[in-house]
Amino acid sequence: MPDDLADNIPTFDTRSKQDAEIGLSNWSALTSGPGVRTWLEAAAIVLVAVVIIGGSELLLRIFQVPQYILPTPSLIAWALVHDFRFIFPHMVVTLTELCSGFAIGASAGFLLAAVITQFPFVEKVITPYILLLVTTPMLALVPLLILRFGFGMEPRIIAVSLAVGPMVMINAATGFRRADLAKIALARSFGANTIQIFMKIRIPMAMPMIIVGLMVGSIFGLLTAVGAEMVGGAEGLGNRLAYYSSLIRMPQFFAVILILALIGISIYVLFYWIGKKWASWES
Amino acid sequence: MGSSLAMQAARQAVKLRVEDATKHYHTRTGVVHALEGVSFDVREGELVCVLGPSGCGKSTLLWAMSGLHQLTRGRILLDGEAITRPHPAIAMIFQDANLLPWRNLLRNINLPFEIKGIPPAARRDRVNALLKRVGLAGFETKYPRELSGGMQQRASIVRSLAVDPEVLLMDEPFGALDAFTRDEMNLLIQEIWMESGKTVVFITHNIAEAIFLADRIVVLSPRPGRLARIFEIDLPRPRTLELTTQPHFIETLVAIKASIDHGGARAASD
Ligand SMILES: Nc1ncnc2c1ncn2[C@@H]1O[C@H](COP(=O)(O)OP(=O)(O)OP(=O)(O)O)[C@@H](O)[C@H]1O
Ligand SMILES: [Mg+2]
Repeated sequence: MPDDLADNIPTFDTRSKQDAEIGLSNWSALTSGPGVRTWLEAAAIVLVAVVIIGGSELLLRIFQVPQYILPTPSLIAWALVHDFRFIFPHMVVTLTELCSGFAIGASAGFLLAAVITQFPFVEKVITPYILLLVTTPMLALVPLLILRFGFGMEPRIIAVSLAVGPMVMINAATGFRRADLAKIALARSFGANTIQIFMKIRIPMAMPMIIVGLMVGSIFGLLTAVGAEMVGGAEGLGNRLAYYSSLIRMPQFFAVILILALIGISIYVLFYWIGKKWASWES
Repeated sequence: MGSSLAMQAARQAVKLRVEDATKHYHTRTGVVHALEGVSFDVREGELVCVLGPSGCGKSTLLWAMSGLHQLTRGRILLDGEAITRPHPAIAMIFQDANLLPWRNLLRNINLPFEIKGIPPAARRDRVNALLKRVGLAGFETKYPRELSGGMQQRASIVRSLAVDPEVLLMDEPFGALDAFTRDEMNLLIQEIWMESGKTVVFITHNIAEAIFLADRIVVLSPRPGRLARIFEIDLPRPRTLELTTQPHFIETLVAIKASIDHGGARAASD
């Protein structure tokens, strides 16, 4: 049991040691992200957006770039509004896959991280396989999963959870591993048992890394869901991408890309706010 | 009350007994004899300082007294009963304030209640009184990073006192603070100790701090940590900062320092 203090007396040379942590990502880099402060900033952001969108509209028209290469922003916007009712059911499919795959993968990843960090030996044995799962694109498995599970949502949900799980696990494990001996000794000195130490010290301590894992995991999950839909099946935003591009309906194609981008940004913003609320003590 | 308090303490029962405390750490490079056959008593309501140079086994001793670590040989008795794991009557104050950065001050202080399953509301008055006592009233919703080092350590003292322990163990609690804050904290500790009558074991490597606080000073010699001497400090209470510049205080300091140097230990001043 790692919360067994053994004979260790913490050194209390605080700060510094957390900077040396190696994780897949750095929370402070995320929390220093967006956040509009003044009207001037907001105005500048809007202005830049207008210039970029308006500018590309203008350039595409001036140089008469064919629609099948790059449609103008106004055409994409029109396609988005006009065909949204056709695209919407596919969006629901993709989001369903993402959410169920995420729920399964994230809980499995979290539990696995919590358990294996309690047993350093098990962790050593398992880590190579987790790394293998992290680095292998789960898309490669989709044709295989389709053979076994058919063309429904199941193979895609499995692929999503396989993409999310290891990502959450590896980040959460980093968080659990760095639990600070002094804090554990503190809880122990008041009579805390292993479960209390886990709930009151280890989980809060690991929270920043857990949230980073959830964020990265959900983005990976989205990519995997879309990729899996492109590989096989007849529904989902990925399927629409394949469908519209095969028909050279580029405005609709880009409208779907726009929707995917918005989903990605929403995921980022969601976890950004969760991080602000639950892990802001770190920065 | 003054020195009568110390004398009263002297008459009182043994609260903590350290019996032949011995600790060997087994490391890759061999066995470290951190503590060797240390025995002494702490009486009820007494303030004992354990003094010694760095590495002489002070923390090892205190962590065994708290029940967080085990001894290789010997035992620690609280009211005659051997301590083998953390005991509700004993509270520990760490070198660092050791507050949880994700909890505000009040929730930090409530941590022990949560662990022990006591509704914090039931101790609300006690906590409020303590916060007021140490000058932290009004800071309940502040987070540790918003508090100075001294305030953080005061919060950790409140956290330990809130559960009303009989014994307070402190491992160089003010080692990380600047000299001014440290003096202030020592005054506070003396006041709280005089008011509450708790038994206190206070670890330090600062001779002046030990003389200022202690009824008795237990001096350890390093490698292996053995009991070198025990000094009775009968300076009147409450002790003031002015006292630390008086001839009698200086004489005591010189005497203790000489005995440590003479005992072969490295100088333990700073
Ligand atoms: N977990 C451990 N494993 C091996 N040796 C240890 C361990 N903990 C402490 N020691 C050694 O035991 C001796 C006593 O350590 P201890 O921390 O008790 O000293 P200390 O008097 O508290 O010192 P300081 O004033 O620096 O805090 C030291 O030589 C130290 O290196
Ligand atoms: Mg120490």
